[in-house]
Amino acid sequence: MIQLENVTKTYPKASRPSLDDVSVGIDKGEFVFFIGPSGSGKSTIIKLLLHEVAPTRGKVVVNAKDVTTLRSWKVPHFRRSIGCVFQDFRLLPNRTAYENVAFALEVIGKTKAVARRVVPEVLELVGLGGKEHRYPHELSGGEQQRVAVARAFVNRPLILLADEPTGNLDPDTSIEIMRLLDRINRTGTTVVMVTHDSNIVNQMRRRVIEIESGRIVRDQARGVYG
Amino acid sequence: MQRAKYILNEVLVGLWRNVTMTVAMIITLSVSLTMLGASVLMYMQVDQMKDYYYGNIEVSIFLREDVTEAQRAAIDQSIADNPLVQEKTYESREAAFKKFQVLWRDSPDFVKSVGPDSLPESFRVKLKDPEQYQSFADQIKGQQGIQDIVDQRELLEKVFNIFNAIQVMALVVAAFMALAALLLVGNTIQVAAYSKRREVAVMKLVGASNWFIQAPFVLEAVVAGLIGAILAFAAIFVSKSVLLDGRLKALTNVLTPIPDGNVWLMLPLLAGVGAVVSALTAWFTLRFYLKV
Repeated sequence: MIQLENVTKTYPKASRPSLDDVSVGIDKGEFVFFIGPSGSGKSTIIKLLLHEVAPTRGKVVVNAKDVTTLRSWKVPHFRRSIGCVFQDFRLLPNRTAYENVAFALEVIGKTKAVARRVVPEVLELVGLGGKEHRYPHELSGGEQQRVAVARAFVNRPLILLADEPTGNLDPDTSIEIMRLLDRINRTGTTVVMVTHDSNIVNQMRRRVIEIESGRIVRDQARGVYG
Repeated sequence: MQRAKYILNEVLVGLWRNVTMTVAMIITLSVSLTMLGASVLMYMQVDQMKDYYYGNIEVSIFLREDVTEAQRAAIDQSIADNPLVQEKTYESREAAFKKFQVLWRDSPDFVKSVGPDSLPESFRVKLKDPEQYQSFADQIKGQQGIQDIVDQRELLEKVFNIFNAIQVMALVVAAFMALAALLLVGNTIQVAAYSKRREVAVMKLVGASNWFIQAPFVLEAVVAGLIGAILAFAAIFVSKSVLLDGRLKALTNVLTPIPDGNVWLMLPLLAGVGAVVSALTAWFTLRFYLKV
């Protein structure tokens, strides 16, 4: 599903590479944590998978597509098969929960009728039934992140990327979000999560890949934070 | 259909969000397009006038007051023998005076002050090729009894030079205004892109196609360009009917009249130029500010 082959990424003007000759494979349906201290290069992996940045060397394959050679006009279509959640939620403040999710559908050409059918369903799934018409500022942090998860999942992507999704949430809320991601993972969606929340990693007991200074130092099937 | 509605709505909201900037953009666009339209019209006009006047151009050979019968006959003969000549007419003093009386019939005092003998007799010659004036004049001027040889073409050229100068001036003004207009378009698009940066980020994230992200911004510029073009056309149309067909009617009669067809032609021309140029500017700006 996801394949990184000898990937090196050096940002312009950086003295050392963010990722240094990293090779890793992730199968369909897996739940993987990338952990490591700040600046270790784990967020760069998300950016590479989204084709936000291109690798300096090496090959990135997502959904059997070589992202490295993907033409720029094909990137939008490619991204529709990937859902994405961030630490800062990235919701539109002037739109309700329903509208935020529907917006993601409408801008890729789905009709309003499709949105009316699918959006309530996915909001129900993430546990926001009854709060569809609240604006982000009327929702708690955890609820906002649920909206973001609903938006990422509404297209039923093959892969869900989560960049520190619990970074702005308290421990209890974090665990609820993790339960949600776990539920999404059980539908067959591959989940890749970048975090430095040791508590969560230890509770989930999933595959853990630890990165330090741009290199993989540990890859454990049912790992803990360490 | 629904996407079209979405994009149209975004365009209207975008134009309204920053109304002062939109107005400034439209005004500069329309002034620039007015100048462009005026100079294109003038260009077509000068072309048409050249066709008209050069076809009727004459060389006048004025004779001296003390010219003898023999000299006149010699001149007449040498003009008739000259291979450059297409047509010649003789104008006597009396004929010249009659013509003069008709031409200035609105100023009887002026006509009275000129006697029937004050005007010289002349030959009026039409050349096969008006460009050949110089060699014709060189061949003829050796004859006795010639006062002066006048080429109408030279006079016309002076008039046309003035038109050309006005036209160049209009184009220069148009170019400067266009520069200002395009900077304003670019700026407006930047502001629009900034105020919609969250939406754009989400659209990129969920994989909206590039054209869908850019379309509202580009269309915003196109709409401004079209409004500017319509205003410019209105300005040209009004000044043509008020000035040229009204107050300056006399001038219009000397010049050849501007056909209405040419004026109407300015509408699609200005609309096309306004829309395409604004769209390109917006698109170019977005390449730097959206990085899709």
